[in-house]
Amino acid sequence: MFRSVSRWVVAAPAALALLLGSAACGSSGSDSSATSSSAPSAAASSAPATANTLTVFAAASLTETFTELGKAFEASHPGVTVTFNFGSSATLAQQITQGAPADVFAAASPATMKTVTDASLAGSPTTFVRNKLQIAVPPDNPAKVASLKDLTDSKVKVALCAEQVPCGAAAKKALDVAGLKVTPVTFEQDVKATLTKVELGEVDAALVYKTDVLSSGGKVNGIDFPEADQAINDYPIAALTKAPGGPLAQQFVDLVLSQQGKDVLTKAGFESAA
Amino acid sequence: MSLSARLSVVRPRFRLDVAFDVEPGQVLALLGPNGAGKTTALRALAGLTPLTNGQITLDGRSLDALPSERRPIGVVFQDYLLFPHLSALDNVAFGPRCHGVAKAEARRTAKVWLERVGLADHTAAKPRQLSGGQAQRVALARALAVEPRLLLLDEPLAALDAHTRLEIRSQLRRHLSDFGGATVLVTHDPLDAMVLADRLVVIEGGSVVQEGAPADVARRPRTEYVARLVGLNLYKGTATGRQVSVDGIDFHVNDEIDGPALIAFPPAAVALYRSRPDGSPRNLWQAHIEGIERHGDNIRVHLGGAIAVAADVTPAAVADLDLTPGQRIWASVKATETRAYPA
Amino acid sequence: MAADDVSRRSGLTRAPWVLLAPALLGMAFLVLPLAGLLVRAPWTTLPERLTAPHVLDALRLSLFTATVATAVSLLLGVPLAWLLARVSFPGRSLVRALVTIPLVLPPVVGGVALLLVLGRRGLVGQWLESAFGISLPFTTAGVVVAEAFVAMPFLVISVEGALRAADLRFEEAAATLGASRWTVFRRVTVPLVAPGIVAGAVLCWARALGEFGATITFAGNFPGRTQTMPLAVYLALETDPDSAIVLSLVLLVVSVVILASLRDRWVSAGSAA
Repeated sequence: MFRSVSRWVVAAPAALALLLGSAACGSSGSDSSATSSSAPSAAASSAPATANTLTVFAAASLTETFTELGKAFEASHPGVTVTFNFGSSATLAQQITQGAPADVFAAASPATMKTVTDASLAGSPTTFVRNKLQIAVPPDNPAKVASLKDLTDSKVKVALCAEQVPCGAAAKKALDVAGLKVTPVTFEQDVKATLTKVELGEVDAALVYKTDVLSSGGKVNGIDFPEADQAINDYPIAALTKAPGGPLAQQFVDLVLSQQGKDVLTKAGFESAA
Repeated sequence: MSLSARLSVVRPRFRLDVAFDVEPGQVLALLGPNGAGKTTALRALAGLTPLTNGQITLDGRSLDALPSERRPIGVVFQDYLLFPHLSALDNVAFGPRCHGVAKAEARRTAKVWLERVGLADHTAAKPRQLSGGQAQRVALARALAVEPRLLLLDEPLAALDAHTRLEIRSQLRRHLSDFGGATVLVTHDPLDAMVLADRLVVIEGGSVVQEGAPADVARRPRTEYVARLVGLNLYKGTATGRQVSVDGIDFHVNDEIDGPALIAFPPAAVALYRSRPDGSPRNLWQAHIEGIERHGDNIRVHLGGAIAVAADVTPAAVADLDLTPGQRIWASVKATETRAYPA
Repeated sequence: MAADDVSRRSGLTRAPWVLLAPALLGMAFLVLPLAGLLVRAPWTTLPERLTAPHVLDALRLSLFTATVATAVSLLLGVPLAWLLARVSFPGRSLVRALVTIPLVLPPVVGGVALLLVLGRRGLVGQWLESAFGISLPFTTAGVVVAEAFVAMPFLVISVEGALRAADLRFEEAAATLGASRWTVFRRVTVPLVAPGIVAGAVLCWARALGEFGATITFAGNFPGRTQTMPLAVYLALETDPDSAIVLSLVLLVVSVVILASLRDRWVSAGSAA
């Protein structure tokens, strides 16, 4: 009895997240005509009549791009609603292994995807994009940061992602490669929180993804650094084996891997996985 | 002159306008029905209700501008308001402490006061462990421990049961006579007022309707309320010589008086007859019986008709006369038992 | 002991089922998630997980900051509650509504709001840094600020309610005995509303202990300095759910033990009083 109880306990937050995710999408899902023409029209006819909802669990950094691709998917699959659950990849992976009803999982790191594939809940994942770190600084760059080495200065306040989340792991790797030791003032829980600290000017610099710098819309400036090439983050995507949406899952993965998907993603600052 | 008070408090549907003086060592009772404004007057003296107008002078010093905590007063509240978190000793020591006395010294003073009110054994007790009478005495000790020049008591005996009341009343009387300052006591109980006070001020509807020594007030009530309190029938009429005319009935009295007059007589002075008595006694009128009730050892008969009268007769008389409600009857009162005085 | 009280008054069996059924359901609703944690706890590896240094650091920091935040809340919140309950001034109901804002505000938003005011470029923070060299974000003091911000309303509401329910005439009696306003407050008002203050402080402490959103947003997350238990739990959840469960249990057990022991002391003190 306690087994089933504990299952319910962990499933409840996932269900809540689903509700919230669908609510968020419902408000923006109507404007779909603009992207419908370029969607593969063949896919529409093969959708079974029974499955009309597709649930995508995706890393928080994919929020803007996947929302756009979701609209395109709905346009090319009339009657199908795509709902998203964006969040930390690790949390999403955990929700999936605890039985959350997801069709597609797009993670920000191979490690988190591995949790799902190890549980035989997904087929072999495909890396669809890669993300590169940048040094994010406030527009006026008060600490005059120009390189990764500048972050070691104890007068420079630095925010890093916690090592437990992908951007933190990538930052650690880049610093290790460069042989630098940086003592940040904070290890933030995710990349958006890290970025916020820069936007508010609370820190002088942070290591975040290039896509996050771009999505901030000029509130922070990004500085490339050579060591970033050694700490590139692969984003794997996979249709889940127990997908309630059936074949729709693979169709969404195909859309992400298509030229249309690549265009949307690279426009947002992701590097092509090629 | 110890206390001189001219109190005026105006509220939307209430107006208090009273004035009185109290000599040092004198006890003044403010007597009146509920809602008459007695407690408002007391609160105004204590500085808890602001005056709309008027002035309060104590020992030649004006109190008007002083907040409660700066007035040389002691107050015993109706339900005592002993601080529930403090022992009896600390309740009494509270005042001296507030007046800058050191803790140990204040407690010594408090102990003396508790001994004086006979509670030496209860110093450590919390208020909820005390009986009503004990709490009342702690409240008195607390009020006196600040050595006030003006002692204010709000219905000090109202919360006590009849038996305790008797005992506490006589103790209170002793403590009040030991007290050298002015005392103002608020009560709606005429007995408390008569026993404890040197002078009465009767308040009705926010105004003073009568004042004087308790015996004078008891003998010559000026309002229906006072008359009922002291147990007299009271009527307003017009006097010419030794005759007072009240609503068509002429009363012959022993007092020489002219003009608007009040006439009072006790219920026991009323005699009842089934039929018009022979010899035609004076002060005779016809009435009907509105109600009959026990009153102590006697029977009180309420008479209606031209005037409403209470008559006290013996149970034997009730049986002899076979009195029943609604019955018509003759009533008379002896001139020697009436008292007439100018209205 | 609580069960004894119930049985002495009426007995559990005499409770009407319309009350009993939802009561038991409510209890299950609150207690079962705890059972979930207990069932999933990695009991075999518990000892070494518990003794990991960062666990003790986070626990010590949590207890310290929650206690200081409660002290700060008492210092500021009790007078504020008094003001709201006893002094009528224009806009009082608006102020009362504003005071409860941290209750409805998502804590993360509260953290951002704190940054905008007390942050390095915040309205007050800027001045604090230039005038005194004080910078609150990313410091233990910042954790206290974030926790107090979120938890103080619990204290204010509880104390204000107690003050409104208290009999004003005791304060009048104290004034007639010569007590100044301050003495009245200290020696009469506060003792009379002590149960409300204690209840408020307990709520406040418990809320501060569990605070996550405002803390991580305003004070960041740095082990030993600003990483409290809830932050450690959240990050452990990213990679090692078992660790997260252990940390949650530690937080839970410690807070329950502390609250229960304090309660016992107050209850016995209350009956002796």
